[in-house]
Amino acid sequence: MELTERARLGDQRAIARLISLAENEEPEAGEALKLMYPHTGKAHLVGITGPPGSGKSTLVDKLAKELRKRQKTVGILAVDPTSPFTGGAILGDRVRMSDLNLDPGVYIRSMGTRGRLGGLAKATHFAAKILDACGFDYIFIETVGVGQSEVDIVKTADTTIVVTVPGLGDDIQAIKAGILEIGDIFVVNKADRDGANRVVIELEMMLELNPQKSQWDFPILMTVAPQNKGIAETVDRILKHYDYLLASGDLFRRRRDRIRTEIVDLVTQQLLARIVQKLEGEERFETELDRVFNKENDPYTLVQTILEETLR
Amino acid sequence: MTERRIRVLVAKPGLDGHDRGAKVIARALRDAGMEVIYTGLRQTPEQIATAAVQEDVDVVALSLLSGAHNHLFPKVVQLLKEKGMDDVLVVGGGVIPDSDIPFLKENGVSEIFTPGTPTSTVIEFIKNNVKKAVS
Repeated sequence: MELTERARLGDQRAIARLISLAENEEPEAGEALKLMYPHTGKAHLVGITGPPGSGKSTLVDKLAKELRKRQKTVGILAVDPTSPFTGGAILGDRVRMSDLNLDPGVYIRSMGTRGRLGGLAKATHFAAKILDACGFDYIFIETVGVGQSEVDIVKTADTTIVVTVPGLGDDIQAIKAGILEIGDIFVVNKADRDGANRVVIELEMMLELNPQKSQWDFPILMTVAPQNKGIAETVDRILKHYDYLLASGDLFRRRRDRIRTEIVDLVTQQLLARIVQKLEGEERFETELDRVFNKENDPYTLVQTILEETLR
Repeated sequence: MTERRIRVLVAKPGLDGHDRGAKVIARALRDAGMEVIYTGLRQTPEQIATAAVQEDVDVVALSLLSGAHNHLFPKVVQLLKEKGMDDVLVVGGGVIPDSDIPFLKENGVSEIFTPGTPTSTVIEFIKNNVKKAVS
């Protein structure tokens, strides 16, 4: 396919088209991904997650610039929420990245979640694969502003950075389940504000309580992104984490697990789509619904029958 | 199968610092179910064209209040063409004298919306004129 070849040669228009195909679930996207897959696995995928307004976009902008100084190329996928009511979205992460725009070694793509609730769009994973196959050294994936349980990023990223800021709540927040469990690196951004040291101490306490012993030391870094404070250190830790993943074998384990998850997810989705499509088209389904409604059958028996018939 | 969405880049070329109008339009397009990529103030035509390419948008909506539209709008159109985006719909808005509109239309801007235009007019125009196959 010509489009994938052009994309792999660095043609940004071709890369952009491929991502759109994946977003719109066009059949060509599946073909393109098959061609791209053998070339994936070279990039370091870095997830950035944290609450709304914690400075994720500004941080990504600065981290990308630091990596560019080190002669690395950078792809950025920035996810913002889609309205569940209208399907529309305002994707505003580029506002913080406007001077990265003209750097040919950087590609930035904004994505709406389009109904996904885990902090990423359904196509973000595919978009990351496309950028990976197109040879970007680092791929930043910025999630939507998350609350406590949007953790899809770990299914895609090699290194996950959890960004927090002073003033969000007391120390019980730090021991709750959810996003704090997924961080490989913690960044306390806006660290020039009151309370930054306290957030660091709370995070340290939370990490000390972690029963899983690991060779990785889970760094907690303080940054003031607009002033470039702590940025070079954060990049150093990102690189160090990759070395750790390689040396410990975690990289291969994580990536293999991820492939498993992806395959199971895709099988589930496609099977689901097929079954639903089949049901919706069947007149008998309506009759069966009436039977359940009139208590002549129950939903659970009907589900069993449907599954047995479909999977036979 | 998800529905194909119209993607719109809302951009402010040039040096004026007023983006209320652009934000009103961005919000209205969002409510009409479009994905709006908002790039912020003081963008060069080159930045706008590059963002349009990377985001693979269907529409570029330019907002400008500084009076430099006769220079900046055609420049954006020209750069989009150079980058191979010949199927993108370009519209403009802002304080633009009627006498300048024919010139802008000759130079690739499909429509100009002046102050007081209802947002519904803009939405209708975009929906009816998007050039890529949007189903």
